[in-house]
Order: sequence, then C-alpha cells, then structure tokens
Amino acid sequence: MLDIQNLNVVFGTGRLRVEAVKNVSFHVEQGAAYGLVGESGSGKSTVLRAICGLAPITSGRVSVDGNAVTTPRGKAFYRTVQMVFQDPYASLHPRHTVDRTLSEPLAIHGEKDAEARILQALKEVGLGPSFRFRYPHQLSGGQRQRIAIARALILRPKVLLLDEPTSALDASVQAEILNLLDDLRRRLGLTYILVSHDLAVVAHLCERLLVMQHGEAVEETTAAALRSGAASNDYTQSLIQASQGFTRVAPQPAQAPAA
Amino acid sequence: MTGAPLPLASQPSGMRAWLLSPEPHSRWQARLGRFYLGWRAFSRNPLAVIGLGIVLLLILVAIFADVIAPYSPVAGGDLRTQRLLPPSEAYWFGTDDQARDIFSRVIHGSRITLFVVVLVALIAMPIGLLVGTVSGYLGGWVDTVLMRITDIFLAFPRLILALAFVAALGPGIENAIIAIAITSWPPYARIARAETLMIRNSDFIAAVKLQGASTPRIILGHVVPLCLSSLIVRVTLDMAGIILTAAGLGFLGLGAQPPMPEWGAMVATGRNYLIDQWWVAAMPGIAIFVVSLGFNLLGDGLRDVLDPKAAK
Repeated sequence: MLDIQNLNVVFGTGRLRVEAVKNVSFHVEQGAAYGLVGESGSGKSTVLRAICGLAPITSGRVSVDGNAVTTPRGKAFYRTVQMVFQDPYASLHPRHTVDRTLSEPLAIHGEKDAEARILQALKEVGLGPSFRFRYPHQLSGGQRQRIAIARALILRPKVLLLDEPTSALDASVQAEILNLLDDLRRRLGLTYILVSHDLAVVAHLCERLLVMQHGEAVEETTAAALRSGAASNDYTQSLIQASQGFTRVAPQPAQAPAA
Repeated sequence: MTGAPLPLASQPSGMRAWLLSPEPHSRWQARLGRFYLGWRAFSRNPLAVIGLGIVLLLILVAIFADVIAPYSPVAGGDLRTQRLLPPSEAYWFGTDDQARDIFSRVIHGSRITLFVVVLVALIAMPIGLLVGTVSGYLGGWVDTVLMRITDIFLAFPRLILALAFVAALGPGIENAIIAIAITSWPPYARIARAETLMIRNSDFIAAVKLQGASTPRIILGHVVPLCLSSLIVRVTLDMAGIILTAAGLGFLGLGAQPPMPEWGAMVATGRNYLIDQWWVAAMPGIAIFVVSLGFNLLGDGLRDVLDPKAAK
C-alpha cells in the first residue's frame, strides 16, 4: 500500500544543513499497522510529514498504492492519505465549530450529502450529534482528538498517518483513543502508520515497527518480538529497558537487615 | 401592565440558557452564543459601553439628521439680524457668520463624518488584511515585495501625503477619503502579517492543507478570521485619528467644500470669531472631540473582548 525507498529529508543549506532523515526504507501492506519508534529528534515525525508533503522529499521514492507521489500532492492523494496530529489543542481551528471543521474537507472535494456524512463521521468516533455545533474550547482533549480523527476519516482515506495521536492525552483517555483507532482500522480496513515514542502504544496497535535513531533506521522488528523483549540491536534494547520504567538496583534492600 | 414584568424577567433566563447551551443545536445558536459571551465581557466595561453608545448615537443622528435638524444646514437666515447669535432656545448652538443654525449643521455634519469613517474602513481594512495575510502566508519573495511596498507607504507622513494627494486630484471630500485610506492601510498590513506568521505553521493550518485546500481558501477561510479581531480593534482605535485627519483637511480647505457642513471646515470658519463668538468653533469642535473619544473607548472595550492574547 505504502512503499518508501531510500528516503532522505534535508532542511536548510550550508551551516544550517540538517539531515533529518537518512536513507530510510520500509514497506507497509494494505490493512497493516506499522510503527515508527524512536526518541525525540530521531526523524520519525519527519518521515510522516515527508509522506504527506509537509516536509520536502530531498531524494528517494515514496509511493502510495503503487504510484509515486507528486509534489505538490494532488487532490487524489489527499483522498487516499490523511493525518492525525499530536496535539488536539492545536489541530482544530479555534474559531470553527465541529460542523465547520468536518464540512471543510467535504466542501474542498465537492462531496454531496454533507449533513449525513458529518453525522455519520461523528457516530464513527463515538460522539453524538449534540457535539456538532460546539467550538473546540467546549470540548475535552479526548473529544477534540476524536473530532480530529473524524475529520481525517470523513474523506474515506485508505491510509491514516498518526503522529503521536495519544501523547498529549492522559492515560485513561489514551486507552480510549487507541481502542477507537484499533476498532476503526478493523471496520474500515485502514492502513496505519503510527509514530510514537511510547513502545507500549506501538506494541498495542501495530504488527511491525521500525526503530529510528538520529534520522536513520536502526532495526525493523515485530510487536511480538518487542513484547517478549527480544531485540538484536543495542539501541532497541535500551528503548525496551527505558519503557519498563526505573528499576532500583536489587541488592541494596536485601543487605540492609544483614548489616 | 403589572403582569408584564414577570414573563419579561423569566424570558431572559430562558434566553440565556439557550445562548449559553454547551450543546447548540444549530449553526446560528452556536454563533449567537459566542456573540453573547463576547457581549457579556464587553458590557462589564462601563467606559466601553459609553463609547458604543456614542458611536450608536452618531449613527442614529446621521440616519435621522433630516428629522432632528430644525433648520437647513446650508441655507442661512436673515443676514442682518441672525448672524452670529449666541446659543438660545431658538438656536441651541447659536448661529454662524452666514446666519446658519450651528446645531443643524453639526447634526448634518455627522453624516459626513460617518461617511468618511465607514469609507476609510471599507477601503483600508481589506487592502491591509489582504496584503498582510498573503505576504505572511506565502513568505519568500512575495513577502519581501509586499512588505517593502508597505514600508514605502509607511515612510510618508500621513497628512503630507494626503495634502499632496488632494493637491493632485483636487479638493473634495471623496479625494480626502481616498488620501486618508491610502495612508492608513500599511499598519493594518503589518498587524495582519504578524498574526499570520504566528498561525501559518500551526497544526490546524497543516490539517486543512492536507485536506487539499487551495491557498486562497486557506487564507480567506482560515487565516483571515483569526486576524480579523485584532484588526477590528486597531481600526476602531484609528477612527479617532481618521476623523481628526478628515477634519484637519477640512480645516485647511482641502476636504469638504463649502457649504458642506463638515466639522473641520466649520471650526476653520469659527477661527475668525474665536474670541467674541466662541460657539462657532467650539460646537463642531466638541462634536469632533466626543465622537473621537467614543471610538477610542469602543476600541479599548473591543480589545478586551476580541484580542486573542488577552482572552481567557
């Protein structure tokens, strides 16, 4: 469905030159969920932004559904690929009601029957019609992210790019949104690319994943291997260790009664 | 009559609940609810309400000038007996050197003032908004070219450019308006550009870009609404300056031409009688002062409500 070959993204020139993504390749099957994992600044979000045209493709090939993408992207591309952003507080227009936010993509693509499509989209993300005319400031973080997902899905895309969709939300809402995303993928047959620094989130949602560091692909592995703690690469190991939280060195409390 | 207050008293609370409903049922309810919240914040500032009252009064007086004014603003009375009469019951603001009723002239002058203010706002604001948002959103060489043009216009002293303009096109209220509008848009372009630079990289603009929206659609539908509020505040605060510039041009004889009852021109004729017949210059002067003050107070109040940085 989505094929990335030797992708390079370079920002700036001369002394300000930054190689954000270096020679990254991966392939995602139709209906699969693929994770991109790494610490801050590893270039994982830049890969997403390069796919959808928000960052330049310096060299390499990005093809969706077998067709190489064009710059600038055409309307057909945006009907196939949509994105959900990290911060639901920043990704909704503060002066637009939910209704306006959801009707905008329909208007851009000349879709008919906006009324029914908006209500349908709200239902899909588990929100009732009572949310339709609210402003973003009248919604909670989780509700906002649901609206952002509804907006991404209203054009019926095949690929959804998820840029840390839950990292701005608190734990219980995170689980709700992840379950919603998982459910939507199954029902609508979507293909996901999920960017996250949270290994638990990636292991929950994705089958395969790519570990990135300093703009380079370090290791491609599966969620099952991640859960069992098997990783051939040192960096991946250290990520797994970090995700298990801080552990006190064991011997000290054991020695205390003896002394 | 005694039964009336009860339903009236209960109606606003029902109305308020409808306006403040967290679940509006229609586009209009959502919009009105937002407007109502703004009005509540605005009405908490008594000075702003006074300013709004003055501006509304100006509009009403301009609309009903024919009904309110007791005499003709242009044709004078008997030049032998009715020249330069002090304020009295017959002539509330006195009469001028042409034996015309100053009250009627001030009332009719409100039309000219409103005309100037509305036209300048209608010309300068869209130009400034468009130049600023396009320049800020597109960036690059478009930004450089548009901003240097703005700089050139900013470098001209406003009154001098207006004078040159009027000298070239000939005196008259329309030319004065064009001259003022041409010199007042650059600050609006600067404000709109600064606002646009702040929001152009935000996620909600990226999101609408990813929906395939065209650049004009993004600028008009998504960027402009966010720039509009700070611009409205600035324009309202500038109104006083615009009125004063128009009056200044009138005073110099380059704005409205006689016998139009323009306040600045009226002050200019009253200058000759300032010591003995103070009312000739003072009455239109007070009108200029009150209206300018009204716009300033209104602008301050609007800033408290509309400025996104001050909003809670």
